[in-house]
Amino acid sequence: MAITDPPKIVTSRLEHADSHTLERYLATGGYEGLRKALTMTPEAVAAEVDAASLLGRGGAGFPAGRKWAMLRKNPVTYLVVNGDESEPATFKDHLLVERDPHQLIEGVVIAAYALQVTRVFIFIRGEFALGLERVQAALNDAYSHGAVGADIFGSGFSVDVVVHPGAGAYICGEETALLESLEGKRGFPRIKPPFFPAAIGLYGEPTVVNNVETMSNLPWIVANGGAAFAALGEGRSTGTRLFALAGHVNNPGVFELEMVKTTFNDLINAPVLGGGIPHGRALKAFIPGGVSAPWFGPDQIDLPLGQDEVAAAGSMLGSGSIVVMDDHTCAVRAAWRITKFFSRESCGQCTPCREGSGWLEKIMERIETGQGREEDLDLLLDACDNIAPGLTWPPQQTTICVLGPSIPSSIGSAIDMFRDEFLVHIKEGGCPYE
Amino acid sequence: MTDQATSTPIGAPRLAGVRGTLEPTHLSPETVDEARRLIALYPEPRSALIPLCHLAQEQDGWLTPEAMVDIGALVGVTPTEVLGTASFYDMLHTDPVGTHVVAVCTNIACLLGGAAELLEHAESSLGVNAGGTTADGAITLEEAECLADCDRPPCVQVNHRFVGAQTPDSFDALMAELRAGSRSADIPPHGTLNRVKRTTGLVADPERVAAERAAMAEAQAARAAEAEAAKAAAGSGSAGGGGS
Repeated sequence: MAITDPPKIVTSRLEHADSHTLERYLATGGYEGLRKALTMTPEAVAAEVDAASLLGRGGAGFPAGRKWAMLRKNPVTYLVVNGDESEPATFKDHLLVERDPHQLIEGVVIAAYALQVTRVFIFIRGEFALGLERVQAALNDAYSHGAVGADIFGSGFSVDVVVHPGAGAYICGEETALLESLEGKRGFPRIKPPFFPAAIGLYGEPTVVNNVETMSNLPWIVANGGAAFAALGEGRSTGTRLFALAGHVNNPGVFELEMVKTTFNDLINAPVLGGGIPHGRALKAFIPGGVSAPWFGPDQIDLPLGQDEVAAAGSMLGSGSIVVMDDHTCAVRAAWRITKFFSRESCGQCTPCREGSGWLEKIMERIETGQGREEDLDLLLDACDNIAPGLTWPPQQTTICVLGPSIPSSIGSAIDMFRDEFLVHIKEGGCPYE
Repeated sequence: MTDQATSTPIGAPRLAGVRGTLEPTHLSPETVDEARRLIALYPEPRSALIPLCHLAQEQDGWLTPEAMVDIGALVGVTPTEVLGTASFYDMLHTDPVGTHVVAVCTNIACLLGGAAELLEHAESSLGVNAGGTTADGAITLEEAECLADCDRPPCVQVNHRFVGAQTPDSFDALMAELRAGSRSADIPPHGTLNRVKRTTGLVADPERVAAERAAMAEAQAARAAEAEAAKAAAGSGSAGGGGS
């Protein structure tokens, strides 16, 4: 494996300090993809996205083209963009909304044209105050420029785009919860089926929900062709992707890399990427795709950054965020903090998630703080089994959404990989790392 | 300012004694105008409920019972439904908060970067636990979940503006700056979320959009039928060729 040098598809402008302005955007090929799309038929634009085989960048990795094909042709249809980035250690959309908002808007209008939707809502996490300002300012400029609104670039295609602020709730990243929130309600995920908002979405109308990064890829795909995108990467994981690297590395950040060609080892250790682990310490474990994903140990570091490859190894690439833990990290404390997060963010609709997350967090806390008992390990696994029976991967579903079954991942991994560490906490009555 | 630090006792009804109205009475005329502009952007007024809560916080610094009554009147739901929705969301404060809400993320990436130690320092230096407000009403300290700024741990936000990784010393200096008002240009008071207002209403007239979509659907159907016919012709051609 090697670090390839693919074209920068979504991060090409970030070297410029004014990458968020219309002037810079136009000077660097901005809105050319949209102009080209408007000369094509909508089905030809959709066919390019299908040919690119662009997998959704939100976490589930569903092919965008197939999602689009499910949209029922009703008189009223909506496109909703998911910019509620809240998965711990995921910070790629943060970069895209703050640093290249026009790219997002261009992608959104291309998608709106391909899908012939009647209105677009860009849902942006409320905590991104600067991102909200940047996207709103860019949208105002895009309206003035004729790239959004009535008769876009004189094409006879009209669509309005609305920026909608969230108000702080992880669960609103789940697409049906996001739609509830957009309807002015508590962010409760909707009962499935229907499994896709394409059938019944916003206000009960057919709706496509796509991630910010997915949308941001569209200008390049239309300008360069779906085949050029599909030529990058390997197998089902085509194109480049943003990987957010955090934790114990010398150079944390967001890197645009060609899918599959690069390994976790490259990402973590290459001098031009993560730059290795600080203080000469060794790798203990890493989380390959957001805190819902099972952990990997040093023996899996040579896996490629590809969706199917990571899935086959028993975890997921998810939101593309990698957390590195060095050998001075307490696995119990790390898993406890992740569990506390799920407990705080459970929406409370389903018993296994609402009660289970609280139980697990309390048991983890008492082990970490020296009050643990030996039977706690079995109790943890039993509670996990009640949330996701069999503790398989991917997990069994007992709840309305996937938040619940994601809770056991970190605890299961920590016990699996570092059972001795739990026992030391229990026997010594405290954390050996403090 | 001492009442800034107090909060509604647990179990006390937040809307007690507040009567619903059909017209807003608490929000300023400017806020109501902006609220009506926002409502017009959505097919259903209720969709503007959360943006209106942000707007009310911009006026009052937090989400007051009186504002919730007005929001209900504006979007056509009861004040209780506004509270029932707002109470779900971390950013909507139905109790008073300080002028500066300081959020320290302690989630996994920041935890590995020393966030627990920073939060401990913040608590002792400010003299409040996470969730509390300083006696002068200047600062509310919060322990936050991931704020998506994970390459600069430990991540801190003030009024939802990122201020970069903080050490105990830089944190104390930042608090002093906030109290002195020297950061007011880049960090507006709590409640002001988006200082960039939308400059246009909806410009794609619904009737025009409906007509455009209908025409396009017809053209698409015609192209599909043509492609189908071409395929059938090609298919029967080759079948005929094979059969003869």
